[in-house]
Amino acid sequence: MTLWKNLFATRWGIIGVGLVIGVLAALLQKWGNPGNMGICVACFERDIAGGLGLHRAAVVQYVRPEIIGFVLGAFVSAYLFKEFRPRAGSAPIVRFVLGAIAMIGALVFLGCPWRALLRLAGGDGNALFGLLGLVTGVWIGTWFFRQGYNLGRSQATYTSVGWTLPLLMVGLLLLRLIFPPIPEQGESGILFYSLQGPGAMYAPVMVSLAVGLLIGIICQRSRFCTMGAFRDLILFRQAHLFSGVLALLAAAWVTNLIVGQFHPGFTNQPVAHTMEIWNFGGMVVAGLAFALAGGCPGRQLFLAGEGDGDAGVFVLGMIVGAGVAHNFKLASSPQGVGQYGIIAVIIGLIVCLAIGYTMRIKLN
Amino acid sequence: MGTTIDARGLSCPQPVLLTLQAIKKLNKGQIMVLVDTDTSKENVIRAAASQGWQLTEMQQEGLEYQLTLTKD
Repeated sequence: MTLWKNLFATRWGIIGVGLVIGVLAALLQKWGNPGNMGICVACFERDIAGGLGLHRAAVVQYVRPEIIGFVLGAFVSAYLFKEFRPRAGSAPIVRFVLGAIAMIGALVFLGCPWRALLRLAGGDGNALFGLLGLVTGVWIGTWFFRQGYNLGRSQATYTSVGWTLPLLMVGLLLLRLIFPPIPEQGESGILFYSLQGPGAMYAPVMVSLAVGLLIGIICQRSRFCTMGAFRDLILFRQAHLFSGVLALLAAAWVTNLIVGQFHPGFTNQPVAHTMEIWNFGGMVVAGLAFALAGGCPGRQLFLAGEGDGDAGVFVLGMIVGAGVAHNFKLASSPQGVGQYGIIAVIIGLIVCLAIGYTMRIKLN
Repeated sequence: MGTTIDARGLSCPQPVLLTLQAIKKLNKGQIMVLVDTDTSKENVIRAAASQGWQLTEMQQEGLEYQLTLTKD
């Protein structure tokens, strides 16, 4: 166990994890997931919000087993390696708001950092603006870190606190299995399903779940984080996590080339729009929110799986944020930004800056 | 007596940030870092090593680690 523990924390460990995610994400597209969206934490949480009816955008409703697998894989791994640490209490309401803002920003771009990489690996040039925005947002975050920004300490707490988000995921999985999609039906029991659009594109449920569980396990071991990759590079000149991100990008690109999924260009890319400024702006806000909350959306799921109740609150903030984004016409579509998307990005940025500016204290 | 950093309950990147600040201030000697997750433990050890500081002692007490970092 100790050998494995150390292996994943090494440079080659994190590169291996990036390679596995890149290949599996590209293959998930082949197996049914939407274009350049083999895995997208933001999109998939948005689909879950739709599946539960928290928003009623008909084309993005599906309870995605990958997200469930991420949390439960990390949960199992944390117990297996004695790293389960129930903890909570580090400004949860701020983390909720940051989660919601991060989701709104990501849905203006149309993707989380993972999908930004997958979009680039599929040839979508618009992803470059999103990635540039992500780096800019994280860079602003590092400025706040240098000024002493932090959300305060979490406290060790009851085991059941750490179990809360994993159990919610078990509940979602049960709902998905009890109420499976019915051909030509937009509803099954209490769940909503898309009949067309990205929400109607998905790999077989057990494949999605298995891939999710595997990625949950290896990411819990390796601490894979796309936001952390850029943050550590900017803040500490450390390329450890970044090497994993590069591996993901390279592996997804090569896999796309092999299976014929690489289509370079800017127009007519799957689930993407070409408004450069708002591809950039959306991800500035998302990147800053991820940085202030201490992890990319994937990492928040893995942290929640290993008992971090505050990360769980961030995840719930993202799911509620997805509901807000679609109900209030903030989310983009392939036609461009939503009616109120631009103002939402501006407000989100102001709120994030206020959080960063007002929550500074010198520790030690 | 070296410097002691209490990074328990702090999330990324605070434990590393505080450790590197102490390293910068001290240049050499001994730093004690308290952490309560394996991620923080690994990150602090990795960051210290990049600055030439070695982990010379590690004590585990319950769910917490006490790391001793040294540079001669």
